[in-house]
Amino acid sequence: MSALTRADVAHVAALARLALSDEELDRYTGQLAVVLDHAQDVAALDLEGTPPTAHPFAEHTVLREDVEAPCLDRDVVLAQAPAVEDDRFCVPRIIGEAP
Amino acid sequence: MTTAVELAAEVRGGVTTARSATEAALRAVAEQDGAVHAFLHVDADGALRAADRVDAMVADGRDPGPLAGVPVALKDNLCTRDMPTTAASRILEGWTPPYAATVVDRLVAAGAVPVGKTNLDEFAMGSSTENSGYGPTRNPHDTTRVPGGSSGGSAAAVAAGMVPIGLGSDTGGSIRQPAAFCGVVGVKPTYGMVSRYGLIAFASSLDQIGPLASTVEDAAVCLEVIAGHDPMDSTSLREAPPSVVAAVDDGVDGRRVGLVRELVDGADRDVVEAVERAAAALEAAGATVVERSVPELRLGLSAYYLIAPSEASSNLARYDGVRYGLRVDAEDVTAMNVATRTKGFGDEVKRRIMLGTYALSAGYYDAYYGQALRVRTLVARAFASAYADLDVLLGATTPTTAFALGAKTADPMAMYLSDVFTIPSNLSGEAAIAVPFGAGADGLPIGVQLLGPARAEPRLFAAARVLEAAA
Repeated sequence: MSALTRADVAHVAALARLALSDEELDRYTGQLAVVLDHAQDVAALDLEGTPPTAHPFAEHTVLREDVEAPCLDRDVVLAQAPAVEDDRFCVPRIIGEAP
Repeated sequence: MTTAVELAAEVRGGVTTARSATEAALRAVAEQDGAVHAFLHVDADGALRAADRVDAMVADGRDPGPLAGVPVALKDNLCTRDMPTTAASRILEGWTPPYAATVVDRLVAAGAVPVGKTNLDEFAMGSSTENSGYGPTRNPHDTTRVPGGSSGGSAAAVAAGMVPIGLGSDTGGSIRQPAAFCGVVGVKPTYGMVSRYGLIAFASSLDQIGPLASTVEDAAVCLEVIAGHDPMDSTSLREAPPSVVAAVDDGVDGRRVGLVRELVDGADRDVVEAVERAAAALEAAGATVVERSVPELRLGLSAYYLIAPSEASSNLARYDGVRYGLRVDAEDVTAMNVATRTKGFGDEVKRRIMLGTYALSAGYYDAYYGQALRVRTLVARAFASAYADLDVLLGATTPTTAFALGAKTADPMAMYLSDVFTIPSNLSGEAAIAVPFGAGADGLPIGVQLLGPARAEPRLFAAARVLEAAA
């Protein structure tokens, strides 16, 4: 397992849509490396053949009856939005943006 | 202080009124919360209106329910229709949800009176309530100490006697650890027993709502009110929850209790001694106590601090400045997302989002997240093996009593270690209770922990009641 680098932290911050200052990048790199070092007890185990558990109890897809039911009131929901236009959430420019 | 059970009986019997009980709670908050800061929001008018509705029912000869007129505190990651809900994050400042959590509706339907929303570590990520975006809560037993976390506000409100009952949420110990630090009872119910509809998600395969209360019986009444199937939560168990109130006085005669080495190793001497005294108290009440080693539990902490941040990194992707909460304007939508999240989230939340993003990222997924899920299987199997011949497991709730404010804020790993004894039950999805049992050399409360398999709450409450009586 390679040690966590400053570049790794910059990469995950970008993936997570977070901007970090140089000072934060240094601090988080050190702090996250300590947590990942502790996690080596788990990462180093040979668990070939042990199935993963993603959820405490056997999960089933839960479906409800396909019948109409009341939903949240549009105006009440939109009243909490930062910006609204024509009964819709309003966001800054998307088209033309770099991927 | 009057217990919730006593108070509800007095309100139902017309001996006192919900209004006078609510006024007393509001007075206690006004007098004490300047020093403690358990509450982020107090709704005095709403509480008095709810109290008057309870009193009107009594006057009409109708029964308001088992929590008639009982003031309750709600952790501020539970959605409320008529109070703001922030999860102690600046990113949700000023947000009032368009719906209420199922547990809130159930409390109100049982006659309870919500007085306000309590402080927590931002998005329930922390063990001291110091990660709140609105300032820390202090331990009512010693205001230089933390109340624990993340449900530190609800624990402190109950410990200070402001309210008899509070609701918390427990993802890795966030009900039990503050209960232990504040000297109150804290219950993490079996996963799925209590609906999470309206709980702001942190780590969805681990999160569970439960009560904090000053007595075991009050906690049982509260759990019985909030438990039960909810079609609005796809993880809600379909089986009817077991009755816990009826089991509170069942005792432990004939029960087999395992004192788990891994749930005391590394704890301070006074904490270990409290657990040993608790074992003796259970034996004196007719239980058989054996020592047991469950070595897989040692792996729980690492697995948890990979799984919970991974789930959090996904759950918290929704805070993007589009539909609710904070928006920091920028020239395009991605820049707006970045500016909003960077300003709105605190340090610990950013740390966990990045840790989870890393553990899930290409090249590291198998080594970290995948391994952690396999360890989760080991922990669940180890518990199942222990419960093959034991009814209840006993250990410490926390390695120490409440630590000083600021003692661990610069060292996240040291903070994470305070959850080492509580995490395993979240990984397995099983039941656990923290119950006060004596005090440390510093005079601060110690909580011992009782653990059981899924849906074993009745026997845990019965054992907790024995310890409560012996403490």
